[in-house]
Amino acid sequence: MQTDTMAMTFVAFCLPFLGAALAPVLTRFLGHNAAWPLALFPAAIFLHFSGFLSEIAAGGVVTGGYAWVPSYNVSFSWLIDGLSLTFLLLISGIGTLIVLYSGGYLKGHPHQGRFFSFILMFMGAMLGLVACDSFLMLFVFWELTSITSFLLIGFDHAREAARRAALQALVVTGGGGLFLLAGLLVLWNVTGVTQLSLLLSFGEEVRASPFYAAILVLVLGGAFTKSAQFPFHFWLPNAMEAPTPVSAYLHSATMVKAGVYLLMRLNPVLGGTTPWATILPAFGGLTLLVGGVLAIRQTDLKLMLAYTTVASLGLLVMLTGFGSEHAAAAAALYLVAHSLFKGALFMVAGAIDHETGTRDVTRLGGLARLMPVTFVTALLAALSMGGLPPFFGFLAKEEVYAALAGGNLRAVAFTLAAVIGNAMVFAAAFAVALKPFLGPRVETPKAPHEAPLLLWLGPVVLAVLGLGAGLLSHVVHPLVSSPLAAAIAGRPETVTISAMPHAGLPLLLSAVTIALGIGTYLLLDRARTAAARLLEDIGWGPDRGFDQFMAGLVRFSHRLTRLLQPGLMEAYLTVTFVIVALALLVPLAWYGEWPRLPIWPADAQFHELAVMALALAGVFGVLAAQNRLNAILALGIQGFAVALLFLLFGAPDLSFTQFMVETLSVVILALVMTRLRLQPRDARPLAQRLPDAAIAIACGLGFSLYLLKVTQGRFDPVLTEFFDLYSKSIAHGANVVNVIIVDFRGTDTLGEIAVVMTTGLAILSLIRIRKGAAGPAMAGGDGKAIAYGNSPSGLPAISPTRGENPRGTRLRNVSSGEAAGLSPPPRGEGGEGSSRIRGDAGADVRTGRERQP
Amino acid sequence: MNTVIFRTLAPFLTALMLLFSVFVLLRGHNEPGGGFIGGLIAASALAIYGIARGIRPVREALWFHPMTIAAFGLLLACIAGLVSIFAAVPFMTGLWIYPGLFGIVVPLSTVMLFDFGVYLVVVGAVTSIALALEREDI
Repeated sequence: MQTDTMAMTFVAFCLPFLGAALAPVLTRFLGHNAAWPLALFPAAIFLHFSGFLSEIAAGGVVTGGYAWVPSYNVSFSWLIDGLSLTFLLLISGIGTLIVLYSGGYLKGHPHQGRFFSFILMFMGAMLGLVACDSFLMLFVFWELTSITSFLLIGFDHAREAARRAALQALVVTGGGGLFLLAGLLVLWNVTGVTQLSLLLSFGEEVRASPFYAAILVLVLGGAFTKSAQFPFHFWLPNAMEAPTPVSAYLHSATMVKAGVYLLMRLNPVLGGTTPWATILPAFGGLTLLVGGVLAIRQTDLKLMLAYTTVASLGLLVMLTGFGSEHAAAAAALYLVAHSLFKGALFMVAGAIDHETGTRDVTRLGGLARLMPVTFVTALLAALSMGGLPPFFGFLAKEEVYAALAGGNLRAVAFTLAAVIGNAMVFAAAFAVALKPFLGPRVETPKAPHEAPLLLWLGPVVLAVLGLGAGLLSHVVHPLVSSPLAAAIAGRPETVTISAMPHAGLPLLLSAVTIALGIGTYLLLDRARTAAARLLEDIGWGPDRGFDQFMAGLVRFSHRLTRLLQPGLMEAYLTVTFVIVALALLVPLAWYGEWPRLPIWPADAQFHELAVMALALAGVFGVLAAQNRLNAILALGIQGFAVALLFLLFGAPDLSFTQFMVETLSVVILALVMTRLRLQPRDARPLAQRLPDAAIAIACGLGFSLYLLKVTQGRFDPVLTEFFDLYSKSIAHGANVVNVIIVDFRGTDTLGEIAVVMTTGLAILSLIRIRKGAAGPAMAGGDGKAIAYGNSPSGLPAISPTRGENPRGTRLRNVSSGEAAGLSPPPRGEGGEGSSRIRGDAGADVRTGRERQP
Repeated sequence: MNTVIFRTLAPFLTALMLLFSVFVLLRGHNEPGGGFIGGLIAASALAIYGIARGIRPVREALWFHPMTIAAFGLLLACIAGLVSIFAAVPFMTGLWIYPGLFGIVVPLSTVMLFDFGVYLVVVGAVTSIALALEREDI
């Protein structure tokens, strides 16, 4: 039975991905009605996890999983307590409604199947994130939510605003994910455990660790970016570029709550310290106020809701860090209440947009009669959001004030922040729920009528749940609120608050909030103008900062690339050989380990001396050669002589290979000569020859000294003996060299031949560029060629071309030989850039450049 | 280079060298030789043919694009490494079989297959560079 449950849970985690795979096919056959079968996937998950409610309510924890990489202690395991279960139910439950809603909202969209696929994948990532036990899985799912939300936000990818918003969300949340990874690695190092369930018992050690500050900063870096805390809040409203089902799902119950989840999960481990209880409430409170002001400032329904989400996330973070008696319970209640009312209101905003064609609150009015169901839904959700009894939002707000209110300065300050923030959220809630529906009828782009079933089903269910949970709090608390609060606080908690108002300070604060909220609502237009003026006075926001940051990053990379890749062969070779010489000579000098002068061998044979003389003759031939072809041949002679030496001293394999390599090198170098039409003679001036010669001599000296030193050291024969012993007996081969290459170190060889092949491909494409540059007549075979042109910004751009780059600058000058004499000099802005890319020895590049007028 | 003697002899020389390269490849496990050297010899053979007759005859004689040959070699080498999965031993473990062929025992192994892959990669990569560099109009 136990294993059955485990297998079923595993299947539940896999179901969304299965649904994502089926979605495009189903949508092809069923159209938008595919939403009904697809909603069964999250519904089944919801039902499965509902089965755990009683066990969790009794204080139990469900764990399970499968070993994945046992050698690294990585497992696919889950830990389901009150916190995880609440999230699982919210994600799968709201997910079911969202899938249905998407069916209506994107009806007839050409890519609806793709959309279903993305949203189910996101659901799978989110379910895994809130339930997984292992650090590695947490990170993987965390980044997976970033990637899938990138796909969802950028769903409407033809619009630039959507692309920018998607990229922004990915950069901010994905970058935060890296912080999280670093934080988890530090936690792993401090505690030695890689599982959240085990980590919970290491709270003392972690808090006492000298790395506590580092852990805190890194984990908060991950959580704050994900949960859109100030100053990282800007990506969330921009993400409203996504279709409304995405906003309703990601920005009410799931994606943005992931950061809150992480903070709540780690609260028992990291919480309770002064930094935790200072940073979290401070950032949370600031985010609450900023979100409230920005929400008031908007006229777009979705943007208003987005900023109130920012505010609510701030409140949740504040409560998580606050650490007073009721704080955990307040966070628990507010988390659930917010998911219900915000999901409903987003869907209502989407329905209004869908039916009227606008989301601008100033261009909407009098819809109550035309869209009665939507209006009632909006009203129910707004009442919960405003915190009026007997809605669940009221319970949450009472508990919030019970948690915050106190006699000291800190409590007063945060209570004040909460009251002001909540009042602004209240005003925004009713602006969304009342303004479009009441008042005189305003002309809208589309003639409005009641939304279809698929569009109102989801919000109605959520809004009614918000009311029902408030009325039936004695059922909800033991099943959901208490286990959730216990998991956040790390100790048993019992939530008792009911919808009956009790006289006391919290009720008074609630009344003040409502009064302030009504006041703001009535003066909304004036408040909006005031908020707008305030923001204009500031003039700069993190959103613009993001653009500046990204632009700076691109500029920096561009400069760095220009610095590291000047496009001059001469520069590359100089740098390479200088570094080789330094790498060889500096350690010898630094450690004073110069080799001894070698002793002249007494028994040197005549033929051995003759071969050495041949090698020397080859070297002097290279230096003395008047023309390049002769120099290449002389170098070949030197190489053959060395190969002969290998043969004489018992390395036939090496010698054999050396012969072949030398032969082919001469052939290929000669071919390169003919193709590049290099000048036959090396015409470097003396001022260039001397430094080049110095570098060459330093390299040669370095290699000689290094090899002498190596051969003078003590030789460790362990490997020799090993290979001698086992080459025949294990690997069935008498040729040790070959056995090492293909068997003992076979994986190395596999890598090497992959490199050989890649190098071949690279050379081939470089040659093809030249062929393309020389014109179609010389292009081989298929006649296609890739040319490196220069985009107007100066960044290298690759474009398929037949001899001309997009702006029409002839690319002849990519070959220096041609640049020297054959082609007209490039003109226009691209000239300098495109003439940088060259492919041969430095000398001719320079002469080529000199000859350009 | 374009003497009549060279142009007449080149095809025979190429054929002999190719045969020799396979010989070097096959004997590599016990005598000096192996895939790398064999591949280099075969590449030189093709280079000689190309210098003597131009690259079009070489391309026609090869049938496949040399880079395809190299890619096939890499694939063979990978397969040789992966065969060990079926024997439940680590990647790249050498496996041997000894089938009888006309009464002679012929030892065959994944190691040999691997060496054959190395041979093909070297031939393919070097030949494609050489062919790409040689001028069409010779």
